Amino acid sequence: MAANKDVVKINVRNLKKSFGSLEVLKDISTDIYEGEVVVVIGPSGSGKSTFLRCLNKLEDATSGSIVIAGQDIMSKGININKMRENIGMVFQHFNLFENLNVIDNMTLAPVELKKATKEEAKNRAMELLKRVGLAEKAEAYPSQLSGGQKQRVAIARALCMNPDIMLFDEPTSALDPEMVGEVLDVMKQLAADGMTMVIVTHEMGFAREVADRVLFMDGGYIIEEGTPQEVLLNPKEPRTIDFLNKVL
Amino acid sequence: MIRILTGYGAMLLIAMGRTLLLALCGLFFACILGLIFGIMSVIKNRVCNIISLIFVDAIRGVPMIVLAFFVYFGVPYLFNTIIGGFNVSLTALQAGTICLALNCGAYMSEIIRAGIQAVDKGQMEAARSLGLPYAISMRRVVLPQAIRTMIPSIINQFIITLKDTSILSVIGFPELVNTAKNVQANTFMSFQTWAIVGVMYLIVITILSRVAKTMERRMNRGR
Repeated sequence: MAANKDVVKINVRNLKKSFGSLEVLKDISTDIYEGEVVVVIGPSGSGKSTFLRCLNKLEDATSGSIVIAGQDIMSKGININKMRENIGMVFQHFNLFENLNVIDNMTLAPVELKKATKEEAKNRAMELLKRVGLAEKAEAYPSQLSGGQKQRVAIARALCMNPDIMLFDEPTSALDPEMVGEVLDVMKQLAADGMTMVIVTHEMGFAREVADRVLFMDGGYIIEEGTPQEVLLNPKEPRTIDFLNKVL
Repeated sequence: MIRILTGYGAMLLIAMGRTLLLALCGLFFACILGLIFGIMSVIKNRVCNIISLIFVDAIRGVPMIVLAFFVYFGVPYLFNTIIGGFNVSLTALQAGTICLALNCGAYMSEIIRAGIQAVDKGQMEAARSLGLPYAISMRRVVLPQAIRTMIPSIINQFIITLKDTSILSVIGFPELVNTAKNVQANTFMSFQTWAIVGVMYLIVITILSRVAKTMERRMNRGR
């Protein structure tokens, strides 16, 4: 929960992204510090998911700069696979590998990328599964899990690579309401452990409780940012007020 | 009927063996071609996409009998006479294998492309987000899922290719149809001859379909 304001983990300057003639990100600049939990909110189509996906280059930004841990990920020579090893991502639709069981889902990347032996990866995976409360599901296939369980495995899978940064793209939006809590609990625990997190979400309660900083995006810009107190409880911009009135 | 079976049964069985050999050779190379062109059509590379598209369209747009004549007679003629100085000659088996491989390969490439594209995009994204390179993500995550959906179409294509070997009788490969023509010419019993040949195809293909069904069921068990 304590952001280390001395170390900038992610530095974004004048980020722009267009899909054809549609400009989704118009001019995004922000700094995200080590251990900081940043929650991005905003109406759909505001560009928040695109912003998140630019951070690990699932989308190629059109212009601007993104520097992560001192490395410019937009530069030509960058080994993006190496960068992604340190940036975990959790998706709205979980995206567990359907052809692999839980433990293989988790150990595939560390073993293939020679970050660990099969044995080490397996031990680490079991440890993480215990942490998310799913140790007994190690041999299960994704199709045998509930949505909440899938998402907890997806978080554990990302953690299995030992990332410094975790990105969450609406991690609870596809879940049944009674399963949202179990996923948010895992994320809270992660935040408490000091993980740097960028979270796109509609969970305002979670944002208020866990976020160090809230970004409100609309129309491809960051309209307002600040502590949850400032943005969620005392918003200044009319568009923020309008949005919060609709969702709260 | 009995006379044909006793007099020519062994001959027809051997011919069926050659049919299967030809189909197997053709299918082997068709799988390789299909995989190469199928993957070339899904990767993010304009040149590869276009090459794959041209291959598939060209092969699909030409009847196999024309392809057979072209490969068996046309290509050696091109090298030996038009360009000159070469001495290219293909056996009927080689030419037949090439024809089947090209023809079936084009359809396989379409099956493989469709199979890969049917796998949810999120699977590739999740693999890439973990730092896995494209090729490993394809091999370990996308292809195994794609193959499951492709199996029925691939087996269907195998059966079509097995039947298409009969077209290659036109270039003189002594497969079942070609041999049966000789049997008919010797015995004049066309009804009996072609009935026997038809049943022989039917038996082999039925066995193949059964095996395919069993395989399909086994593949789906893990789901």
